Amino acid sequence: MHDLKPITPLGAADPRVDNVGPLTLTEVTSVALASVAARLGSEEATRKTLGELIGAEAPAPSRHTGDMLLAFWTGPDQWMVEAPIATHEDLAHRLVAAFGSTASVTEQTDAWCRFDLKGDDYPAVLERLCAIDLGNWQGGEVQRTTIDHLGCFVLARDARTLSVIGPRSSAGSLHHALITACRSVF
Amino acid sequence: MSDKNRLNGGLIERNRPMSFTFDGKRYSGYAGDTLASALLANGVRLMGRSFKYHRPRGPLTAGSEEPNAIVELRGGARKEPNTRATTAELFDGLSANSQNRFPSLKWDAMAINDRLSTFFAAGFYYKTFMWPAAFWEKLYEPMIRRAAGLGTLSHEPDPDCYDKGFLHCDVLIIGAGPAGLAAALTAGESGARVILADEDFLLGGRLNAETGLLADEDGVAWAAQAVARLRSMPNVRVMPRSTVIGAFDHGVYGMVERVSDHVAEPAAGKPRQILWRIYSKRAILSAGATERPIVFENNDRPGIMLASAMRSYANRWAATPGKAVAVFTNNDDGHRTAADLHAKGVKVTVIDTRPDAGVSPDYEILSGAQVIDTKGRLGLKSVDVQLSSGGTRTLFVDGLGVSGGWNPNVHMTCHQRGRPQWEETLCAFVPGGTMPTGLIPAGAAIGAFSTHAALNSGQDTAATALGDLGLTVTRPDLPSAEDAPVRVASFWHVKGAKRAWVDQQNDVTAKDVKLAHQENFTSVEHLKRYTTLGMATDQGKTSNIAGLAIMAEVTGKQIPEVGTTMFRPPYTPTAIGVLAGRSRDKDFRPVRKTPSHYWAEEQGAVFVEVGMWLRAQWFPKPGETHWRESVDREVLQTRKSVGVCDCTTLGKIDVQGADAAEFLNKIYANGFAKLAVGKTRYGLMLREDGIAMDDGTAGRLAEDHFVVTTTTANAVPVFRHMEFIRQCLYPDMDVQLISTTEAWAQYAVAGPNSRKLLQKIVDPEFDISNEGFPFMACGEITVCGGLRARLFRISFSGELAFEIAVPTRYGDALMRRLMKEGKEFDVTPYGTEALSVMRIEKGHAAGNELNGTTSAFNLGMGRMVSKKKDSIGSTLSERPGLNEEDALKLVGFKPVNAEHKVPAGAHLMTKGTPVDAAHDQGYITSACYSPNLGCHIGIGYLKSGDTRLGEVVRLVSPLTGVDHDVEVVSAHFVDPEGERLRA
Repeated sequence: MHDLKPITPLGAADPRVDNVGPLTLTEVTSVALASVAARLGSEEATRKTLGELIGAEAPAPSRHTGDMLLAFWTGPDQWMVEAPIATHEDLAHRLVAAFGSTASVTEQTDAWCRFDLKGDDYPAVLERLCAIDLGNWQGGEVQRTTIDHLGCFVLARDARTLSVIGPRSSAGSLHHALITACRSVF
Repeated sequence: MSDKNRLNGGLIERNRPMSFTFDGKRYSGYAGDTLASALLANGVRLMGRSFKYHRPRGPLTAGSEEPNAIVELRGGARKEPNTRATTAELFDGLSANSQNRFPSLKWDAMAINDRLSTFFAAGFYYKTFMWPAAFWEKLYEPMIRRAAGLGTLSHEPDPDCYDKGFLHCDVLIIGAGPAGLAAALTAGESGARVILADEDFLLGGRLNAETGLLADEDGVAWAAQAVARLRSMPNVRVMPRSTVIGAFDHGVYGMVERVSDHVAEPAAGKPRQILWRIYSKRAILSAGATERPIVFENNDRPGIMLASAMRSYANRWAATPGKAVAVFTNNDDGHRTAADLHAKGVKVTVIDTRPDAGVSPDYEILSGAQVIDTKGRLGLKSVDVQLSSGGTRTLFVDGLGVSGGWNPNVHMTCHQRGRPQWEETLCAFVPGGTMPTGLIPAGAAIGAFSTHAALNSGQDTAATALGDLGLTVTRPDLPSAEDAPVRVASFWHVKGAKRAWVDQQNDVTAKDVKLAHQENFTSVEHLKRYTTLGMATDQGKTSNIAGLAIMAEVTGKQIPEVGTTMFRPPYTPTAIGVLAGRSRDKDFRPVRKTPSHYWAEEQGAVFVEVGMWLRAQWFPKPGETHWRESVDREVLQTRKSVGVCDCTTLGKIDVQGADAAEFLNKIYANGFAKLAVGKTRYGLMLREDGIAMDDGTAGRLAEDHFVVTTTTANAVPVFRHMEFIRQCLYPDMDVQLISTTEAWAQYAVAGPNSRKLLQKIVDPEFDISNEGFPFMACGEITVCGGLRARLFRISFSGELAFEIAVPTRYGDALMRRLMKEGKEFDVTPYGTEALSVMRIEKGHAAGNELNGTTSAFNLGMGRMVSKKKDSIGSTLSERPGLNEEDALKLVGFKPVNAEHKVPAGAHLMTKGTPVDAAHDQGYITSACYSPNLGCHIGIGYLKSGDTRLGEVVRLVSPLTGVDHDVEVVSAHFVDPEGERLRA
């Protein structure tokens, strides 16, 4: 076991938690990420393997499915897979083993930072940040959008929790944008 | 004289008095007042000075179309010039000042302009300030600008913040008057997602300003009930103080919500205003109509206002310009003002241009009469009337309401070049031509002027919109309302009037319009520019039609033949701050931090912005007083032993797939198909036109897996370029791309001791000796006891060097570990400056050399462009123009006198030839002081440079006074044979 200590995207030893009014904004570092893109001609095989891995249908466009292993759609025949980092730090290697030559897998854990916004009133905050029409969301959606000039994924985890997944190097700016919007509303 | 002109009733909250100042004098008003209504109620009619002639002016309107009552609100950094007193909500402690006057509003020295008006006619400055030419910029323009003051800026940063946001709806309803409320109730009850926006703080439009609009109930009460019902619907968002400022493509509207303008200052963290971008499926423009004045002699005195404004002030705000007023009208609407003010105890006389105006038991009506002049220096005192009998009569009044008919507010229908159409029965333009997609105008905005017509138009329009969207329409009951026909006579201006204002905000008179015609500026667009008619911040809302009518008359045309000018966004003046939103100062754009950023901060690193990245430029040590000291030390220490540089910012693109190698063969000019697994190769990427685009390395991690690196600046363009090639040019290739720039922290470890340092952290099972891991090798390894990493043996510095990558979250720890383990080798971190010095010493090209005009041939890499295969740009790189005999070639330069610098950007001349563009031989692209050579050096492009080594050429920069000799040398100043990097 190596002895290097990781830091969070915001540059600290532990994830940051902010409470603003009825909302909680939490930096999430407990999830491993890997991208899966079907090889040409292996789209069906990739969907099938992905479905088996997450225990659900491979997500359709703008959808996420799964449980402990969750996948969200990122593009035609492309997905991002999430798994608990405690048990799946080597997620990409496991996926390579599972998909073989049917799909291209790339480790993405540290390419992103993630902030979860919890509370009933998160739509009021999100409408100050991005063009997603949350009023039309029923649950299970994901959308790529721009927040503070940064390309982000936004996922509805449940009726009270939203994940914003953005570029790790700009975690500070993204966090600032999120917290500013929270304080602007509440 | 407080409350001198306050009437009974109104929608002000008399139990909430508010104190405010105007020009330093204290007054009081009530919650619900605007600044203009409160001032009028206090007996103040004079609120400003006009733009050009400094004429005393008071409010012409009671809304956002106001041209005259323009003031400065607030003080200090929050001072806001050019604000309309007619829309400024009164709050306790508001301070307002008049503008464009000196020394005071009542005694304005610049009012002399009014006496000299002959010299200030339209176009006067084009004619007057002709010579000497140099005077224009230095004397005339500053002088004119000062004279034509539009308020003053605080010259301090805006202390407020502004948000931007995004809203979505089925139906956006613009304006909450009778039509808008009817539309909103219909759409809301039918289950549509509705946004109802109104610029006013009180919704209801004219329902709040009129009496007797509804048959069985009070209009104010009905509006309040309707709004309450709408607010209770979860599918309806009611947005007061929200002005829709523009109609954009695909149903997108811009809207400014004034969140905090009605309080002294915004609550902590809260925005002053929000710029909303509204995505709508349908939009209903129920923006109402604006009354227009009649043009007559001295029609601009304080106390003269639109008749509708006069009754708005009386009915809604219980304020009047005086206890005796007159109304000058060409239509029935003017009589409403007379009736309402009479009912409030004000003495009224009506001057109606129509000979058949009838009689009233309550007030005198002068039929077939016209106002021919007015008197009163700082406020209206009397009105001269020409009677139908031919005689004249003087009315001593404090106020004159003017009604020339109503113009539908068509503005938003024109934002995508729709041209309004003339409607003869209304004597007005109505929406026409191509309107923004999904926009349907309704109510008074289409000329449905009666309350009955407006309510029904609103409901019908909503039904149309809902039908378009496939929703079932529920039609709530609407109240019965007055349905008076529009009876208006075409009467635009009183003949013979000279000092008669058409555009009061820009001081354009009837005479100016005639002068424009006389000087052949008859096109409506020329009329506008020549006279500035309609070019003020009110966009001519109250003036355009009168100007067109006068132009039509003098040209002998009909108004529709003259046409109209174009309305453009924003509908009303909009603060720059709200357009910027949160993107200002340090938040102007997001920042990207490298994995070693926090560690570098601890070292006192000096950072530089590279794109969005913050990169360490150098790491000063105690005692170093100049950046060159730090940089020279970092360079020497690295070349002597070992240095570490964070190069995470270089773009990394993961390329996988069965055809990955073939794909790289297409994007790079040189061959990649045969690159062995575990090897890295330098690659040059060309644009389609054969010009060099970017360079970098690609390492082959597996048969079907490469990692491509790009320069920092081109990480995104190269990825975009590769995606375009993948998706559009070679969709049949099996290739998948994804960026991994951020996923890996990558450090260059360079210098003769770099291997020794790395051997201390790379796990022992990995052989990184020269034999086991030779120059250009790459591989997946582990470090520090099992952390997966990637190692590349590549060198930008020219030294024995590696680049090592670990998952980003461990980047900070790895840097600390490298510094700790490197102590015995006197390791140094180095920044972008030392990096640059070393790459110039080595003659490596970077962004300065790949500057979008240079080819592989110029870079001395012509032979790298493989002829054995087809790649992007290879064919066009063979163009004769890119391969001329005396083409620019990348070479190095050393000053003949070692004291001289070799500044980048300076140009090269052959000795003995003239210094001009025709004899230009090339230019320096990159330069630095080389601590290894002990002098300044540069690399750059010289015509046939590769055959001119040893020649002394002249380096000139006339701008910076450089003119000295430099020697042409190889660009490889250090280790030209490349022995070090292979060691």
